[in-house]
Amino acid sequence: MPEPRRDQAGAKLGMWLFLYSEMVLFGGLFLLYAAYLHRYQPEFHRAAQGLDALLGGINTVVLITSSLFMALSLTALQTGQPGRCLGMLALTVLLGASFLVNKALEWGEKFQHGIYPGSPGVLALPPGEGTFYSLYFALTGLHGLHVLVGVVLLGVVMLMLWRGRLRQDHPALLENAGLYWHLVDLIWLFLFPLFYLIT
Amino acid sequence: MDPGDNQPAPRILSSRLLTAVWAALACLTGLTMLLASIDLGFYNVLAALAIATAKALLVIAFFMHLKYEGRLLKGLLFLAFVLLAIFIGLTFLDLAFRAPGQS
Repeated sequence: MPEPRRDQAGAKLGMWLFLYSEMVLFGGLFLLYAAYLHRYQPEFHRAAQGLDALLGGINTVVLITSSLFMALSLTALQTGQPGRCLGMLALTVLLGASFLVNKALEWGEKFQHGIYPGSPGVLALPPGEGTFYSLYFALTGLHGLHVLVGVVLLGVVMLMLWRGRLRQDHPALLENAGLYWHLVDLIWLFLFPLFYLIT
Repeated sequence: MDPGDNQPAPRILSSRLLTAVWAALACLTGLTMLLASIDLGFYNVLAALAIATAKALLVIAFFMHLKYEGRLLKGLLFLAFVLLAIFIGLTFLDLAFRAPGQS
């Protein structure tokens, strides 16, 4: 059976088009945040003090480190080291999962204080502070969902690599999974200062 | 290589370069946290966004290999940014020139 014709450039263009649409999706939500920050500046500053900047900072370092391992995995595959590539992907997944665990602990702590989407606790907050937490849950929730999808996607990539279906001469799947993972990291780079550092 | 494949060989980034980018990202994260502990008023938000943008550009250029891609992908990224700038710009024109009490 002949090898199927592969279009590396086309595969990459398709992925980037999807990423642009993701940027506009999150851009719309960032715009919502900016408009409310404009209206409720002091309230946003007060509400942001309720978030742990150190925990957010740790999660930032976790994600950028996972992005490094992701990028290293592509270099490993391109230089003909599939074993090293698999190891790097495993580290990426591990860090992605620990980001989610960290996030879950953070949300859980807020839930215990009665702060969760639509809760009486949020509704009882002063108007701007309630808005801040609603945006916080919407944006970090959507982002967390993207991290979860990324972890599953990387699991599939690792399986393909393990079975020898992903090789040095056609790394499009690994490249595109990497692009997605880096985009998710990129979005967090903006979420972190906007929610944790505007105190 | 199969016939009709005229794509250039992909650029392979060295582990050393990628690690240097990661170190820069980590330093910028430290810097943004340090700046947040100093009270600069609204400049805090601007500084945080400027650093976040610098970090985003590092990720896009090196981790996402965009520095080594052709004009098409770079142009499309620029288009996405222009689109966002229009959204944000027009929304803030609206917010800034509303009569008081008309929110």
